[in-house]
Amino acid sequence: MKSSVIVFPGSNCDRDVAVALQKFKIKNQMVWHNDSSLPKSDLVVLPGGFSYGDYLRTGCIASKSKIIKEVIKHAENGGLILGICNGFQILIESGLLPGVLLRNKKLKFLSKNIFLKVIDVKNKFCVNYKNKNIIELPIAHNEGNYFASNELIKDLEDQNLIAFKYCDYKGNTTENSNPNGSINNIAGILNKNKNILGMMPHPERLIDPMLSGTDGSLMFEGFLK
Amino acid sequence: MKITPKIVENHGIKKNEYKKIISLLGREPNLLELGIFSAMWNEHCSYKSSKKYLKTLPTKNSKVIQGPGENAGVIDIGDNDAIVFKIESHNHPSFIEPYQGAATGVGGILRDVFTMGARPIATLNSIHFGNQSHPKTRNLLTGVVSGIGDYGNCIGVPTVGGEVKFDSSYNENILVNAMAVGLVKKDKIFYSKAKGINKPVVYVGSKTGKDGIHGASMASAEFDNNTEEKKPTVQVGDPFTEKLLLEACMELMKDESIISIQDMGAAGLTSSSVEMASKGNLGIEIDLNKVPCREKNMTPYEIMLSESQERMLLILNPDKKENAEKIFKKWNLDFSIIGKTTNSKKLILKLSDNIVADLPLSSLSSDVPIYDRKWKKNILPKNSEELKKNTKINILDSLKQILSTPNNSEKSWVWEQYDSTVMADTIIKPGGDAAVVRIHGKNKGIAMTIDSSANYCLAHPLSGGKQIVCEVWRNLISVGSLPIAITNCLNFGNPEKDIVMGQFVECVDGISQACTYLDFPVVSGNVSFYNETQHKPISPTPTIGGVGLIKDLNKVVNKNFKEIGSLIIVIGKTLGHLDQSEFYREIFKIKNGPPPEINLFNEKNNGITVQKLISKELLNSIHDISGGGILVTLSEMCMTSNIGAKIKIPRNNINSHKYLFGEDQSRYIIEVKKDNKKEVCDILQKNAIYYEELGITQKENMELDKIFNISVKELNEININFFNKYFDEGK
Repeated sequence: MKSSVIVFPGSNCDRDVAVALQKFKIKNQMVWHNDSSLPKSDLVVLPGGFSYGDYLRTGCIASKSKIIKEVIKHAENGGLILGICNGFQILIESGLLPGVLLRNKKLKFLSKNIFLKVIDVKNKFCVNYKNKNIIELPIAHNEGNYFASNELIKDLEDQNLIAFKYCDYKGNTTENSNPNGSINNIAGILNKNKNILGMMPHPERLIDPMLSGTDGSLMFEGFLK
Repeated sequence: MKITPKIVENHGIKKNEYKKIISLLGREPNLLELGIFSAMWNEHCSYKSSKKYLKTLPTKNSKVIQGPGENAGVIDIGDNDAIVFKIESHNHPSFIEPYQGAATGVGGILRDVFTMGARPIATLNSIHFGNQSHPKTRNLLTGVVSGIGDYGNCIGVPTVGGEVKFDSSYNENILVNAMAVGLVKKDKIFYSKAKGINKPVVYVGSKTGKDGIHGASMASAEFDNNTEEKKPTVQVGDPFTEKLLLEACMELMKDESIISIQDMGAAGLTSSSVEMASKGNLGIEIDLNKVPCREKNMTPYEIMLSESQERMLLILNPDKKENAEKIFKKWNLDFSIIGKTTNSKKLILKLSDNIVADLPLSSLSSDVPIYDRKWKKNILPKNSEELKKNTKINILDSLKQILSTPNNSEKSWVWEQYDSTVMADTIIKPGGDAAVVRIHGKNKGIAMTIDSSANYCLAHPLSGGKQIVCEVWRNLISVGSLPIAITNCLNFGNPEKDIVMGQFVECVDGISQACTYLDFPVVSGNVSFYNETQHKPISPTPTIGGVGLIKDLNKVVNKNFKEIGSLIIVIGKTLGHLDQSEFYREIFKIKNGPPPEINLFNEKNNGITVQKLISKELLNSIHDISGGGILVTLSEMCMTSNIGAKIKIPRNNINSHKYLFGEDQSRYIIEVKKDNKKEVCDILQKNAIYYEELGITQKENMELDKIFNISVKELNEININFFNKYFDEGK
């Protein structure tokens, strides 16, 4: 298994996700946004951070950078893409995933651990959540409030393209357990072919019992299956 | 332009100081030179009122690699790892413009740390606001918290701890103190001292604009009615550029390109060039046409005094110029060779071929005036006798009231706006006694805390100064670390007043005594005077940031109770000191009386013994007893764990209010498994530690024998209520 982590100016979770990939024996390379070719990879990760300082709109300028053309080609060839936090925003801005991410409902940056219900496990990213479908991960974002038209939401629901929903510790997807106001408590979605996942929570930050949990590890371990 | 007395006064330079400038130069300065003197001779940059006393602080021991005088202090944590850290104030700008003021405070302190070659791994902050009902407080709090958050979150350094306090003495002069902590290899530390002549002086980072001109001078004066007019003196931050600057510097620091490096902080290009050259006993020559500017036709005066952010000054190894330029171009940052080092011992500024300033560097460094200001001694106030009249006051109601006050409320409303987990090494997040961050890739970590106790310092500065150092030490002990060193940020009023100067002198004395006794040196810091508005000074507020080492992360402890049925023990003697306590302040609204006394012997002995218990893994949890006394401390342990406690006041002669709410120092509450009781008590006895059994942990309820019984859930609701309600009301 080989992966590439794309580094944009302003990315700040690039190291963290690289550490996580390497911990689970995935051979990783860092790729600069201005490069025009992508090394051979099974998985491309768009990391969290503030690419281009969030200027214009989150993820917007990054979605126009040189390497994105190659990332899109990679997706068209069926390669895996994982966009975390700002990476999710970039996937949306580049048209690889539908919908928009608005500012959080309370208009404040929010950094805390939340619970997620794993809605779809029939994809490469979530295979390992088959036996554990209520998980805890940290979020840290200001623009994670997922929004889309009713038709699109219906499509996502009907075709099992919602990967994660915010929930309480028992798995109930309530309004109180929705930290940012996302429609239908959506925390992460897949494209139709299920080779692209965009998610606001950070699996790379919870891969160690010392950091109060390992629910993120399950995703990385799953890639090797 | 003729320099008139009015112009001199507007530059914050006193008449006798101007006379000294003329005698040092042998002529009158021109306007640019006067501006440079104003920037270097102001209180903020020169420490002219504080230097005499700062010299008395202990700054060395075997772990200190670099003490005060550099961009930040450096301590040795073994295995070729070193920790770089410093605290700095950004009080004045944050009151004028809270969002930008606080943001650039964080930006500035981060630069101080990565200038030395260290990658920042954590930030903390101590912020003080006016009374909750003051009309400005809500906006200031919102602005400061989002300013701190937006900067740290964007640059990707976790904000792991701090404190938020409210008191009417800050109504018109809030405090924003930010601390940054970085990690560096011991043999890869960079310094600001210039070396060698004819070396290129290089400007990197953002362009220079017209923001923050005379910021340092503004921060060296009191506020009057016209603070709004001072907005142009506040800098504007851009964390994205700082992130690029950080990465570019880290990349350049991998080899031997940099001879010395200094960030452009207060007084911008002026202080950075002067400091580098004077530390190296050299001269420096700068061509102002080469300085990258944001707009055309900026005057030399504006260029030299701008405090635009995210800029650095480097002295490069001439062979490495091209490589360095390539790195900064890659990160889309300006890179310009603006001058060279010389052997003239002068600061020479040129515009095209004209010399526009020509100043001996000594006039800006060693010849800066130092004052021995008049100060007034503080007398220890008499004990108040308030409680005698009110022995019937309800204990549970008092507890509830204390837990619901702004100062004692749970502060997740604040913490949740800061990314505390980026870099994926945060072991203890905000809200603990101290934060703990892992040294990346290793099984060791550092503990960090930031504390102040202005009420104690106002009541008796000497005791308050001692107490706050001890509180920091205790917080570091309470997570299982070995306290190593501190950084201090000394926030006071106008030092030209003998009362304020007396508070400063005696607080520093207290800090010095405690640090010396505990072998807890001061390695960096900053002084912020003139924190007053319309002649009303703030309470004396020394803020102390401490760092400790955790050799084995498996032994980290925290304050959350772990299980039901274990023993709760109080370490340290409770005498029931209520003066200056939260109980007196919040329930009786009385503020007189002396602060609790510190016994340094007990402090050290209790702390070292607790360390032993932790290293033998005999404790389930631990929390130091501070504001609010035993009962508030115990409530916090219950609330963070959702485990209850059943306690009984030990048989002694103290009134129960005094026992439960007294703020005697050097105490801890520990939770011990029943099986470990004997071993723990043996160790305590062997080390002559006074301890008392308080009770046991139990399910869900906190219960004081025959007096009250309340669910932990209800305590939690009371404790988190303030912030939610406060901001709903504001809508």
